[in-house]
Amino acid sequence: MKFARSSATRGSFRGDILMARTRFPADHGLTSRMVGTMFLLGLLYVVFVAVLIAILKSWLLIVLIAGGFLFFQYFFSDRLALAAMRGHEVSPQQAPELHQMVDRLCALADMPKPKVAIADTDMPNAFATGRNQQHAVVCVTTGIQRRLSAPELEAVLSHELSHVAHRDVAVMTIASFLGILAGLVVRSSIYAGAFGGGGWGRSNDRDNNAGAVILLVVLASAVVYALSFLLTRLLSRYRELSADRAGAILIGRPSLLASALVKITGDMGRIPTRDLRAAEPLNAFFFAPAAAPGFSFSTLFATHPPLERRLEQLERLEAQLGRPA
Amino acid sequence: MKFLDALLGRSKPAQPKLDALFGVTGAAITLESAAGMRPTGQAAVCFKPASGQGFAAASEELKGLLDLAVTEAGSKLAVTDDRYGYRWVVVTDPDMEDLVTSVHLVNSTLEQHGFGPQLLCSVFGFRDGGSTPGQRFYLVYLYKRGSFYPFAPLEGERRDNELELRVKAALGGDLPVEAELARWFALWGIPLD
Repeated sequence: MKFARSSATRGSFRGDILMARTRFPADHGLTSRMVGTMFLLGLLYVVFVAVLIAILKSWLLIVLIAGGFLFFQYFFSDRLALAAMRGHEVSPQQAPELHQMVDRLCALADMPKPKVAIADTDMPNAFATGRNQQHAVVCVTTGIQRRLSAPELEAVLSHELSHVAHRDVAVMTIASFLGILAGLVVRSSIYAGAFGGGGWGRSNDRDNNAGAVILLVVLASAVVYALSFLLTRLLSRYRELSADRAGAILIGRPSLLASALVKITGDMGRIPTRDLRAAEPLNAFFFAPAAAPGFSFSTLFATHPPLERRLEQLERLEAQLGRPA
Repeated sequence: MKFLDALLGRSKPAQPKLDALFGVTGAAITLESAAGMRPTGQAAVCFKPASGQGFAAASEELKGLLDLAVTEAGSKLAVTDDRYGYRWVVVTDPDMEDLVTSVHLVNSTLEQHGFGPQLLCSVFGFRDGGSTPGQRFYLVYLYKRGSFYPFAPLEGERRDNELELRVKAALGGDLPVEAELARWFALWGIPLD
């Protein structure tokens, strides 16, 4: 049915109606691991809120404060990240090549064009931010422009555009909400215990009870914080792999993304430490994380999967491309 | 399902919509009769080459099919790669129908091999006959949107927006014109004469 209108060419394609729509089979393993992580995060969230409601009377205030943070981060993420990286938006006249690359990738992927920005730093990196496709910004540093060839830069851009398509900023902001909430509870409970006149040191029964409740809340929150921290990091790594995969499929050349990764992570080690520290809070949305040399990241805490893992996935995709149809 | 795909980070490659392409033949007649805009007899398909043996096999087959079609119809063929890493198959033939057929040959061969998502756009060359006679412009077909838009490049990477909007008006309802102006992306260095 697809070729019904092409009278002149129909003959040669008869029998090929049931062709492959795409060459890449779905990666069910990655999807199910991500679903599992999200489920655990959600479960943790529900349990934590239930515990809070059970033992705290002023939980509403805490939720409001944390909700405010979430709201702010969610709606201003594009401007926050850009400001933190000192990126500035560029017009098509200022950066014609970069705009043309993004234009074409967006037409290939059928997505609205995000704003394009450049950050004037020698650290080779790129990031995407913004809560949805209409408010997205894709930013590259001058360092990455200098180090990568044009096709490699395009591969990096397609990785970032995949983050936008997957709405990773929204997903990660919401996922980390629990962590922010738990952290706030720990802090405010400790302050309340120390200065609030609740007096852990007093000896009457009522105050003993109050002290025990506060202690319980602190403990529960600390555990929740630790667990949610691990889970959001895990989720972040899965989403990086997803973006790698979608980006590589978009440009049809997985090895380009692999070579860009190798170049950037190789270069990362030679970057001055001060620059890196300033950039660390934003790591979750970066193309490759800025790790200080000699600082051994435990894989459990990393926002990005190890390089070998990413390269291995890209290799697999490349192999799928090699297969005859 | 789109929401779920985003949530699970498994966006699927956008598949091309090929049907609207055949409307170009009729639209060319409308443009000529209504606004004196004539086709230049050149068209091109632009796609992103993928790596690997699978794509090489598709290209090989495409070349064979195109050569055959071209000798049959008596048209000319040229393949060029641009500086952004996209490949252009340029067909020259005075007959609009032959042009569309050749363009569709590229589409269907790529799609058949599972490379449909690699298709970026196809362009049809036109010349203005109205207020700026001889000024070139292109009808660009966006595969993933299934829509057309006019693109009129000027010297120094500028666009003649007035002409583009005039073309849009002249097309009327003949072709699905891309409604979002933000998606009328510029295509500098189109390898057509």
